[in-house]
Amino acid sequence: MVKAEVKNLNFSYGEKQVLKNVSMPIYDNKITALIGPSGCGKTTLLRCFNRMHDLYKGAKYDGQILLHPDEVNILARDIDPMEVRMRIGMVFQKPNPFPKSIYENVVYGLKVRGIKRRSFLQERCEQSLQAAGLWGEVKDRLNSGAQMLSGGQQQRLCIARALAVEPELLLLDEPTSALDPISTSHIEDLIVDLKKTVTIVIVTHNLHQAARVSDRTAFMYLGDLIEFDETSKMFTTPSDKRTENYITGRFG
Amino acid sequence: MGERVVFDRKELSRRQLKDYIFAIMSLLALGFGLITLLLLIIDLASTGLGRIDYAFMTNFPSRMPEKAGILSAWVGSLCVMFTTALAAIPLGIAAGVYLEEYAPKNWITAIIELNIVNLAGIPSITFGLMALSIFVYKFGFGQSILTAGLTLGLLVLPIIIVTTREALRTIPSTIREAAFAMGASRWQVIQHHLLPYSTGGILTGVIISLSRAIGETAPLITIGALTFIAFLPTSPFTEEFPFVTIQWIKDPFTVLPIQMFNWVSRPQEEFHVNAAAAGVILLTLTLLLNGAAIYIRASFRRKIKW
Ligand SMILES: Nc1ncnc2c1ncn2[C@@H]1O[C@H](COP(=O)(O)OP(=O)(O)OP(=O)(O)O)[C@@H](O)[C@H]1O
Ligand SMILES: [Mg+2]
Repeated sequence: MVKAEVKNLNFSYGEKQVLKNVSMPIYDNKITALIGPSGCGKTTLLRCFNRMHDLYKGAKYDGQILLHPDEVNILARDIDPMEVRMRIGMVFQKPNPFPKSIYENVVYGLKVRGIKRRSFLQERCEQSLQAAGLWGEVKDRLNSGAQMLSGGQQQRLCIARALAVEPELLLLDEPTSALDPISTSHIEDLIVDLKKTVTIVIVTHNLHQAARVSDRTAFMYLGDLIEFDETSKMFTTPSDKRTENYITGRFG
Repeated sequence: MGERVVFDRKELSRRQLKDYIFAIMSLLALGFGLITLLLLIIDLASTGLGRIDYAFMTNFPSRMPEKAGILSAWVGSLCVMFTTALAAIPLGIAAGVYLEEYAPKNWITAIIELNIVNLAGIPSITFGLMALSIFVYKFGFGQSILTAGLTLGLLVLPIIIVTTREALRTIPSTIREAAFAMGASRWQVIQHHLLPYSTGGILTGVIISLSRAIGETAPLITIGALTFIAFLPTSPFTEEFPFVTIQWIKDPFTVLPIQMFNWVSRPQEEFHVNAAAAGVILLTLTLLLNGAAIYIRASFRRKIKW
């Protein structure tokens, strides 16, 4: 089953073309990893999915990203980015909790949607923190500031915040790059666990991480999608020479 | 690699000496400024402090210096400040938010921004002239508290706009992105995040601008503020429904610096003492406002971390 489909996506910052005719499927309840050397366009591609580029001037794109089951093209000009972002959640490279309480962070997406019922918010807050593996550590201090948490805890809080609105697709941009090995393995376990309920696209520089958590992998190079395949196949018998060079550490 | 860079002790001590000289000069400059200010305050206080008592605060101005007080002046200052704040704060914050968050980045915006910065540098008396022709004559507001409040409001508007924008700019873009990524609308981002996180900075700007406005004299004299007022503005409370009135906004007024100006321009020495005493009050108010600004900024900085 396909959750989303990227079709002939071109992207440029001003004159500089960064994505060149990228097409790939995103499978339902699977984890898709985007890998490739620095500057190849992974973040740019990921941020197309929730129309983050619309916040800034100078970003130009064409092509389609069809979101199933309704096959709506989320890149279409007549689709409000807000609508897209309500269906597709994102966790950023650097943890970015709001300078508010833990509770307020988690329920923020619900607040945005106008949901006020306290019992529902509290219940959803607990569920999301459970899902993000943070509940045990913070259940006694939900009203204290999110800034008091460690980096790894903050990142799990950001995951909980994204999960609280039950997104159909979750985008993760190097979610562990700012974290120590223990927090990293926490979050990796969490990601694998989450795919039961949500489709995930993850950008990572850590090839072991891609191999450990993902089902499909896309290798990008200078704005081109070079290879897309099952992760196990990609890491054992890549079909493109450049992919092989990259995963064997010969460049990148 | 031909020539090698060698360690030269002479060169190092030369640089150390320069460092040292610069530090001394900066310190001297700072000391000069501080000492002048201190002397000024001491001079003012030694002349005026002894004159301040209950009667001085509660008497109207008078032809006899020992009976004269600043009641109408400080009440006037208060009313004018209130009107100024009411006019300038919402306008200034809204304009700052618009320029920072909504305005397209094109040449029209650039020209507007440039002019706002320039506006802050225009001599205040020019605002008085403009207010005289617009508020007093064209709109028929008269020489009232309303005219004064609007004039000073315009005068400090650039300060509020600029500090609002600066406060908004200190909020990291990652926080904005986080909020947008949750599906928030632009207004929700502003309302839930940008305004709350920049409250400290904005309040600081508001207070600084009020402390500037409270000492302004020239534009108020230009619009024709009276220098001798022996009555108070209409009370805001009334006997009958709805029990409050804004009639006072139409009343003539005087303010502390104008009262001072009036007293120093008289020949009798005793009036000069009165002026110094009013000066001490004005200075205290200004210092209190600035102190509040510093306190607010510090406490918000402690509360909000990224
Ligand atoms: N805001 C921007 N304006 C102009 N060019 C940009 C902008 N952001 C990224 N780029 C350029 O686009 C290209 C792709 O950037 P992108 O951030 O997508 O790479 P990436 O694959 O995520 O790299 P990394 O692994 O280092 O995060 C790079 O060459 C970069 O210089
Ligand atoms: Mg990146």
